[in-house]
Amino acid sequence: MLTAIITLFILAAIFGALLGFASIKFKPEGNPIIEDINNILPQTQCGQCGHPGCRPYAQAIADGEPINKCPPGGEATIQALADLLDVEPLPLDAEHGEEKGKQVAIIREAECIGCTKCIQACPVDAILGAAKQMHTVIESECTGCDLCVEPCPVDCIDIVPVQTTIRQWHKSKPLTLPEIIATDRPTQRINEEEHAA
Amino acid sequence: MTQAPHIIARSRVWSIPGGVHPEQHKAESNQSAIEPVPLPSELWLPLSMHIGSPAIPVVKVGDTVCKGDLIARSQSGISASIHAPTSGRVVAIEDHVYAHESGFKQPAICIESDGLDIWRQQKPWHNWREQSVEDIVARIHDGGITGMGGASFPTDVKYRNKHAPIHTLLVNAAECEPYITADDRLIRERAEDILHGAAICRHLLGARTILIGIEDNKPEAISAFEVAAKRLGLDITLAVVPTKYPSGGEKQLIQLTTGLEVPKGGLPSDIGLVCQNVGTLYQIYRTVVFDEPLISRVTTITGQAIERPGNYEALIGTSIETLLNHAGAHLKKADRVIMGGPMMGFALPDITAPLVKATNCLLAPTKKEIPPPIIDNPCIRCGMCEQACPAGLLPQQLHWASKNRLLDEAELHSIDDCIECGACAYVCPSRIPLVQYFRYAKGEIKQERADQLASDRARVRFENRQARLDREKAEKEQRRKARAEAAAKALAEKQAKEGSNEEPKEDPIKAALERAAAKRDAKNTTTETQNPEQLKDIAEKAKAKFEKATQRLLDAEKEGSEMVPALRKAAGKLEEKYHSAEKAYQAAMKEQENVSP
Repeated sequence: MLTAIITLFILAAIFGALLGFASIKFKPEGNPIIEDINNILPQTQCGQCGHPGCRPYAQAIADGEPINKCPPGGEATIQALADLLDVEPLPLDAEHGEEKGKQVAIIREAECIGCTKCIQACPVDAILGAAKQMHTVIESECTGCDLCVEPCPVDCIDIVPVQTTIRQWHKSKPLTLPEIIATDRPTQRINEEEHAA
Repeated sequence: MTQAPHIIARSRVWSIPGGVHPEQHKAESNQSAIEPVPLPSELWLPLSMHIGSPAIPVVKVGDTVCKGDLIARSQSGISASIHAPTSGRVVAIEDHVYAHESGFKQPAICIESDGLDIWRQQKPWHNWREQSVEDIVARIHDGGITGMGGASFPTDVKYRNKHAPIHTLLVNAAECEPYITADDRLIRERAEDILHGAAICRHLLGARTILIGIEDNKPEAISAFEVAAKRLGLDITLAVVPTKYPSGGEKQLIQLTTGLEVPKGGLPSDIGLVCQNVGTLYQIYRTVVFDEPLISRVTTITGQAIERPGNYEALIGTSIETLLNHAGAHLKKADRVIMGGPMMGFALPDITAPLVKATNCLLAPTKKEIPPPIIDNPCIRCGMCEQACPAGLLPQQLHWASKNRLLDEAELHSIDDCIECGACAYVCPSRIPLVQYFRYAKGEIKQERADQLASDRARVRFENRQARLDREKAEKEQRRKARAEAAAKALAEKQAKEGSNEEPKEDPIKAALERAAAKRDAKNTTTETQNPEQLKDIAEKAKAKFEKATQRLLDAEKEGSEMVPALRKAAGKLEEKYHSAEKAYQAAMKEQENVSP
């Protein structure tokens, strides 16, 4: 009896010490979920969610903010976040803007006066230029965040939708008839039909 | 040196999973000889008709060019040059209709033919063995050669990137797709040239064997190879594979002829093989030996809407419409024009598009011959697609995943290994366009990967920028602090220096007031306590001063100087002082007299 109690006590002490040591030694730096959320966010750094960049919004989501404040990510991002955090996907919050296709900023270079204001506004350093020199957008790096448009004193920046090139083009999903087999249908549609019936 | 009689070996043939046996439809087009197409008046050459980066134009509008002149240079990396298919004038460099499912226009160079068809100066290498491997590969590259089987992959890349030693050159002569007979006719008519090309490639690769994979539905081509090999004295191994679609797929043919499988995500060179289509080998021969770049190709034009189906040798850039008309197409009868075969080809959105390096077949079927796609029925999970798949995939699972856009699941089921041969869709009793689903899913996966890369890059750039801004802010703050410290130190030093001379340098006005007050007090006390002698002294001094001032005033008045009023005032003051001093003296004397008695 006594041996058993002592043995268990010793074991508990050993494992307790082990766990205590591990919790200090292998403590993750920061909150790992924030990194995961940040990886899902589109990294446009546009601030439409009301946070200064994607990472702060990831932090805010981890602290309990709704996941539907990111218009550039749109439904796909909301779905991915919902999957990651195991919450219900919400429709995009219209207050923060609507989902547009991919965009890119273009400077009408002839009109640029070289004020560098857009360069300072660009969150991803995608505008090239110097004071009193013409500026231009590095299109491959531009996230289309819109932040350079407002500071431009001569309004020479356009935000245009990205053109699909022949290399990016791919076949669209074939058209199909409505599913005949009930279990193949998305659940929402079944509910609607039941409602109608 | 005469060589021993050559053994044309017949190789053992392995098998591949799946495969289908669609109707061949080869006899329509393989009966007549390859026919050259008359020189068209206008040729449009797209800058990007190969896999990789587009070529960059080196001509301007208005330039005259000779046949074979370089008109667009390949970029570095994977790219191919483009040459003038005939002599003439460059009349436009602009977007033009392109043979692609999307219907997008592509930049192209337009050459107006002068009808003379004059070659540029050529440097034939009749004895190509004298040239170095590097020079030959460079000539293949400069000749703008791309894979002629349909993929259009720049050929020289296969001879540059040698991952592993190559033991076998596999010649792809299978031509498994229905209707297409371009390779068949080419072998029948120009087998020697093809084998010359194979010999060049074997030399470049340092390979031992030339293995020819050919389907058993081409007996004339097989015997043409045998005759040509005997004539040339070249060792070849023939692997006659049973007719089954898609035995001509690169990976499938390798498996059929060698029993080896290309590893997932790998290249044939990983297992010591390079696979080359017969059309490409023919072109390699023409380019290396005769210095003729890739400017024409043999294309099968067939289908029930074509009056004279057959194989035509046409210049790259010829309008497809012109070609069809030349072959006697009844375009009203044709339901659509398909580029490529019926299994893997696609319907051209616009038949005015030019012939490109990859166009091995133009198929104009009637509606009855190849019915247009109809809306599919639901999948009944019969599993026939799985039986047909030559890559050993599960098309049914891929279909579910693609349909519901479950891209991770599609990747899990190796959608990347799908060769899009269409065997699954061919056998599907529900007529589901499976390949279309797979192409959709593949496109989405590619897009998603590209987006992920872009977003990762944006994140890194954002973080770097943030770090830079923080650093700059910290540096600025530090500089400001350093400046403030320096200023404080300088002030302290200065004060320390002045402090040694007159430490309590307070308010000078206050100090002056204090001094004046002290003087006044002192004056008052002295007047009271001074003895009569001292007072007499003061009075006498004041008298002297007054007399002196009076004298100066008189002198000034005599001279009529401007100083007169000031002097008079000063004299008045001194007089007053003298009187008051005199008075004080008298008073003191009186007091003394009062005290002494």
